[in-house]
Amino acid sequence: MISRRVFLRNGGLALVSLGFAPTFLARTAAASPTRKKLLIAIFQRGAVDGLNVVVPYGERDYYRRRPTIAVPRPGDGVDGALDLDGFFAFHPRLAPLVPLYKNGTLAVIHACGSPDSTRSHFDAQDYMESGTPGVKSTDDGWLNRTLKAERAADASPFRAVALAPALPRSLQGSAPALAIGQIGQFGIHDGAGGQMLGASFEAQYSAAADTVLKGTAHEAFDAVKLMKQADPTHYRPAAGASYPASAFGQALKQIAQLAKSDVGLEIAFAETGNWDHHVNEGSTQGLLATRLDDFGRSLAALVTDLGERMSDTVVVTMSEFGRAASENGNRGTDHGHGNAMLVMGAGVKGGHVYGKWPGLGQDQLYDGRDLAVTTDFRDVFAEIVTSHLGVIDAGPIFPGYTVDRRNARKFMA
Amino acid sequence: MRLRRFVAALALVALNVPSGVHAERSSAVPARPDDKTIVHVLNRAAFGPRPGDVARVREMGLSAWIESQLRPDRIPDVAVQTRLAGYTTLTLTSREIAQDYFLPMIEARREAKKSAVERSETALAAEPGEAAPPRAKRGPGMGMRSVIAELTAQKIVRAVYSERQLEEVMTDFWFNHFNVFAGKGQTRIYLTEYEREAIRPHVLSHFRELLGATAKSPAMLFYLDNARSADPSFAKLAESRLAYVEGRGMSGAGRHGMKATPEQIDQVRKNIPTGINENYARELMELHTLGVDGGYTQQDVVNVARALTGWTIAGPRRPDAGQFVFNPRMHDRGEKVVLGHRIKAGGGMEDGEHVLDILASHPSTAKFIATALVRRFVADQPPASLVARAAETFRRTGGDLREVMRTILTSPEFFAPEAYRAKVKTPFEFVVSALRATDADVQQPFPLERTLQQLGMPLYFCQPPTGYKDTADAWVNSGALIGRMNFALALAANTYRGVALGDPLPDRNQTDADTAVALFLSDDASDGTRATIHKATSAAQVVALALGSPEFQRR
Repeated sequence: MISRRVFLRNGGLALVSLGFAPTFLARTAAASPTRKKLLIAIFQRGAVDGLNVVVPYGERDYYRRRPTIAVPRPGDGVDGALDLDGFFAFHPRLAPLVPLYKNGTLAVIHACGSPDSTRSHFDAQDYMESGTPGVKSTDDGWLNRTLKAERAADASPFRAVALAPALPRSLQGSAPALAIGQIGQFGIHDGAGGQMLGASFEAQYSAAADTVLKGTAHEAFDAVKLMKQADPTHYRPAAGASYPASAFGQALKQIAQLAKSDVGLEIAFAETGNWDHHVNEGSTQGLLATRLDDFGRSLAALVTDLGERMSDTVVVTMSEFGRAASENGNRGTDHGHGNAMLVMGAGVKGGHVYGKWPGLGQDQLYDGRDLAVTTDFRDVFAEIVTSHLGVIDAGPIFPGYTVDRRNARKFMA
Repeated sequence: MRLRRFVAALALVALNVPSGVHAERSSAVPARPDDKTIVHVLNRAAFGPRPGDVARVREMGLSAWIESQLRPDRIPDVAVQTRLAGYTTLTLTSREIAQDYFLPMIEARREAKKSAVERSETALAAEPGEAAPPRAKRGPGMGMRSVIAELTAQKIVRAVYSERQLEEVMTDFWFNHFNVFAGKGQTRIYLTEYEREAIRPHVLSHFRELLGATAKSPAMLFYLDNARSADPSFAKLAESRLAYVEGRGMSGAGRHGMKATPEQIDQVRKNIPTGINENYARELMELHTLGVDGGYTQQDVVNVARALTGWTIAGPRRPDAGQFVFNPRMHDRGEKVVLGHRIKAGGGMEDGEHVLDILASHPSTAKFIATALVRRFVADQPPASLVARAAETFRRTGGDLREVMRTILTSPEFFAPEAYRAKVKTPFEFVVSALRATDADVQQPFPLERTLQQLGMPLYFCQPPTGYKDTADAWVNSGALIGRMNFALALAANTYRGVALGDPLPDRNQTDADTAVALFLSDDASDGTRATIHKATSAAQVVALALGSPEFQRR
């Protein structure tokens, strides 16, 4: 694990003597390095079936509506749901998350979602990431506006990182954010040129009169150097945390590494797909179960690996909408509305399922078919950014929405 | 100065351009441009110079070259035709694409799901130890992916090799202005035809024609949901018809001989438009014509949407399936007031045409379009004087885009020192200009699509209708700069898959470094850039450092 202080001692000072001091490091050398609060946002793309993830086993209607894919009640057979609070239970493949719930690290907010009625993946993801449901012309994403709301004096190039091939909509905007597919490959691929070409490019840009390109290139090269110091290929997760070999598991592992490398990470983003189970969803076994196994193990490994860094970190999961209350004719579920969000970490009052449960009776469903939304997802995000990131006014992060503290579900201390 | 104007006017007369149009307006195109100026023009009205282009343009005359580019129909383009000959989907209609690629994909998916259901049922019922049948290797949907892949490849090939460079630049601009996202549902069925029929043929004609073509295109109708927008009375009508079909017990003797299963009935029922959808109406005004401050109200949005009800896509069982059709039963025939104009009750499709006429001729539209064009061709902060004159040309000529472009490309602002290298290249402009500068042979365009995705600009996959931004802040970020340098390195080392580099540095009796700076950077590079290029130890490094330099990121 590399901390900024160590880097300064070993690398930064040496660079200073060559006249190449990484600027943001020079700035922070003066200030005392305080560790930043970290928010990790995880998007389950494809509309995960929240009703089978956080199972309302206390609802008779749940079993009536899902004769083949309902998850059995806790204690019902060998692979039943894992009880949380006497009414809700986790899907059995989320077993690694149960201890986090029980020890107060993890909270659930159920029946969350968007006021917009679209059932288009594309539109609904757009709305959730832009933070402006119903409005398509928003340029930037809610996480980028969050970065702007808490402008940092010593902004690191790793302030916001998406472990993804392209920058997700949530992070698009004028505040700088990096999309990195593999942190081990972030840098100039010199090949036979060795380090020389990277240094040559750096010299070109540092001599450029072009201030726009010069400044950005400077940050880029600082980031590359920092990344090399962090030595990503030899990273060892802490405390025996074991990440699945999946793309999602490896993305979370890299986030943990960046978080612990003290490179100034404040917002991280990862995404996971293949949740769109229209056909053959399965219950305790099958397509959803397989995805949840990866999901649960990856999240648990992340929390274990972060260790005491969790005291500054909040993880939040989201999905563009939920799935219909009843199963369809293909033993799967169609697009729905309300969904469950998970929140873990610093200041989270875990061990509770928050939100106003609307029920699954015919007259309680949205549009006669879906779990209704009783908590706007923007209220969940707003509560996190105000309580955890210290944003004073979440209004600008959600233009067109009045963030009313009275709507907060109070899952943050 | 007067002599220059006289000479310029003579030149234009000699080209048979009606001089009445230009008598009161002088052209600022230099009669004897230096290399930097020619490169500037090639970086704006084209995707950057190829080796030899500067000399060719000088010989032709800069004014003459600009004029010729304004008439692409008169420019033969054989090389591009040859390169695109193998792409079979490019000439297909949407209907053919749907029949040959989309429907088979849906069928294959249905089959795969059925057999997945059967397989998992078998697996569940299987005895322990019995192996499940192997999964199919080649997934359904490969066909449709090749449709989009060919469309993307075509765009790259045209940008690199077409002689009709301005037409390609304009096609890029107008597609982005009327952006459609390939990732939404069936949009990709319609995209090939959209660019080929609605965009490219109209980029230098009258704006109203371009606007009308996009408004009627199935791609736009689907993407912005106008195809599903209907007067609320339609839902009742459709539901009663469905009930009739249902009530007859799905016996199959329907009007088109269709046998409807309960699932199909349910699916149709779910898709019945229940009311007006404002999405397209709003973007039509906000993004396509007036601009967000153009002076329309929410009531205007509603009424434009009402006027456009019925503009939809013919369903799959019709002979004109997949094409624009006006469905009168979906149309709201009431009176509407749009931007102060009254559209009488009782109209049909002409209500929508009337709205498009109003929007195309609105003064805000002239200004909005002029601003966007000047931003693309001159600077991120469009000079107000040129915007005003371009808007005036737009108004005076009824939206003649060729005239507007002529105003811009011959303006003093275009040739002003502030405009030189004022724009940062988008990822597409960067990649294409690098390929042109090195005279690269693009044998396989598909890896380039991936690179563009990594640089943040997946072609045809810009999600919001706003399209890609045209200002530096959208493209200058740390990850993207590193990505551009890596592309330059791979291209220069001739290790970039699918692209073959010949000898990008012709022997010119000077060092490779001097050749590179002259060729790629029009001999206009900072001391720092020159110094690093001179330190390079191989031709490949020289080329890489030139293409990755700060100067080459600009145009």
